[in-house]
Amino acid sequence: MREAVVEGIGFWGSGLPDWDAACAWARAGVQPAQVPARPAPMLLAANERRRAPATVAVALEAALAACEAAGREAAELPSVFTSTHGEMSISDYMCTTLASDPRAVSPTRFHNSVHNAAAGYWTIGTGAHVPATAISAGRASFAQGLVEAMAQLAAGSEAVLLVAYDGPACGPLGEVAPSEGLLGVALVLSRTPCAGLPTLRMALEPCAGTDAADDAGPLSRRLAGNAMQPALPLLEALALERTQVLLPASPDLALRIDIGHG
Amino acid sequence: MTAASPPRLLPLNILAHSATTALGAGLDAQRQALAHGRSGLRRNDFGADPLDCWIGRVDGVEEVALPPALAGLECRNNALAWLALQQDGLLARRVAVVMGTSTSAIGATEEAYARLHTDSAGVAHFPPELQRPRIHTPHALGDFVRAATGLRGPCVTVATACSSSAKVFAQAARLIHAGFADAALVGGVDTLCGSVLFGFHSLQLVATAPCQPFDARRSGLSLGEAGGYAVLERAGAGPETALQLSGYGESSDAHHMSAPHPQGLGARLAMQQALHSAGLEPAQLGYLNLHGTSTPANDGIEATAVAALFPPSLHASSTKGWTGHTLGAAGIVESVFALLALSDGLLPGTLNSTVPDPACGPQIRFDNARADIRHAMNNSFGFGGNNCSLVFGKVG
Repeated sequence: MREAVVEGIGFWGSGLPDWDAACAWARAGVQPAQVPARPAPMLLAANERRRAPATVAVALEAALAACEAAGREAAELPSVFTSTHGEMSISDYMCTTLASDPRAVSPTRFHNSVHNAAAGYWTIGTGAHVPATAISAGRASFAQGLVEAMAQLAAGSEAVLLVAYDGPACGPLGEVAPSEGLLGVALVLSRTPCAGLPTLRMALEPCAGTDAADDAGPLSRRLAGNAMQPALPLLEALALERTQVLLPASPDLALRIDIGHG
Repeated sequence: MTAASPPRLLPLNILAHSATTALGAGLDAQRQALAHGRSGLRRNDFGADPLDCWIGRVDGVEEVALPPALAGLECRNNALAWLALQQDGLLARRVAVVMGTSTSAIGATEEAYARLHTDSAGVAHFPPELQRPRIHTPHALGDFVRAATGLRGPCVTVATACSSSAKVFAQAARLIHAGFADAALVGGVDTLCGSVLFGFHSLQLVATAPCQPFDARRSGLSLGEAGGYAVLERAGAGPETALQLSGYGESSDAHHMSAPHPQGLGARLAMQQALHSAGLEPAQLGYLNLHGTSTPANDGIEATAVAALFPPSLHASSTKGWTGHTLGAAGIVESVFALLALSDGLLPGTLNSTVPDPACGPQIRFDNARADIRHAMNNSFGFGGNNCSLVFGKVG
């Protein structure tokens, strides 16, 4: 059993552009009126805000919001970035270009094709020299990110930033890697107990091959098409002050999270 | 003087247990039936001439298909042995799979795009034989290794470009330390594909001749493909081993997506932290396998960082002249080379290179050497300024 305090939550989902909006939707079905199609994170230079891949934008927006909510210096937090598919518009571009005119591949799009693109832009934007990692684990991507974040706390880090994100499918690839809309979720987790903040206690347990997803709640239903949807039951539990969630952690394992609220 | 007490025979730890009976397959079926008073007995339906009695027959034994390698051993008893062995993650529940890759199976996605089928509505689709979701995702590698090995612990793919399969060692160490796994299979696999050949070409980083790391005349890298593995366990949990992972250091350049920090800040931080984590002074290191890609930028910066950190006695080299830059597999491949240096005393030089770059200190060696060393380091640096250094040690 591992334990962490949730010091800050960052959120950006299509139609729900911050954690307050996500809470309002989860608690009362209220949604904001005008919402941009993608975030414009202040961490990126003005000319990069529109050009950066959408998944990079949503990851950075959520990450920065979580750090601000936690009152933590972003540059001092080791980070774990997790995504099921990474930026599929870049994969689609690379594969399309390679099939037609391989020598025309854009160098910028190539370096943006790495799975750790969001982690790279984050460390550059915040000036963080601390470790950053980027992982993927199918439907278990969020749970495995949480497990790695908890393992980093156990290994001595005072606080860790977890960022989970996926974007829309693109091109023929979308048929075998479906995902809709943009979703970025970020948590600042720490070892320091703090009254009034939620506490997560988690353990891996066998789940006999069945999917551990809880009954879909309001956020899960609204953003169900996004590949990072398995993160949403925990966010709902935090918004609605529920006390337990099970997340898919592998075909054989579920991550059981017991939540203490303040 | 009292004799030292002999090692105690008992108790022994029971790492896992499982049963498959007429109640069902695996522990949960036994638990449920016991709790609810549900018997598994049925009227005898076994054989051609069943006696009038009740039997506890296991469902599903007839449907068991042994893997091809075991087909010659097919019989009812072995079928039940197999069925029972598959329950409760008996052998492998607590073994994690942590694999590193840069591009995973993107080569298959590239192939699908080269052979798209356009339907009557003008929509392009993957050819039917490539419509396999599990290979068109970054986790394709970890997912495959889990399926191939049957390991049931946490399973994850690390994809931090060229540091990927070095960082798997650090992540596995943390998973074991935190109690999420007892042991881990770590490794990395990256295969040649258009994305990396034409991608690095677009950055003007691919040499037309074989790569020459740390040579003043180097013009770029040669790409390669590779796969490798290591099995890690907490020291003291099993038999003693001669070789150990003794330290790791991770850092970020915070400088540029595809160019290294000009002063090698991230590289230096990773090496320093790896030494600190291993409890070593720089002078105790016997061999350093460098990232040494043979690109103009990397090698000069890395050589400068090495010269600032280590004494002239260190034997440091890049082995990419042998293998090419194997990207997400470079971490595991070059860790294996560092482990070979420890086990065999073979310290590789830097193949293809003869004229040292002016930035090279006396640490950078072009010729092979032989020495009995205790500690070896491996550097792996990736796009996004993602750096990892590992320290391995020889015990005894």
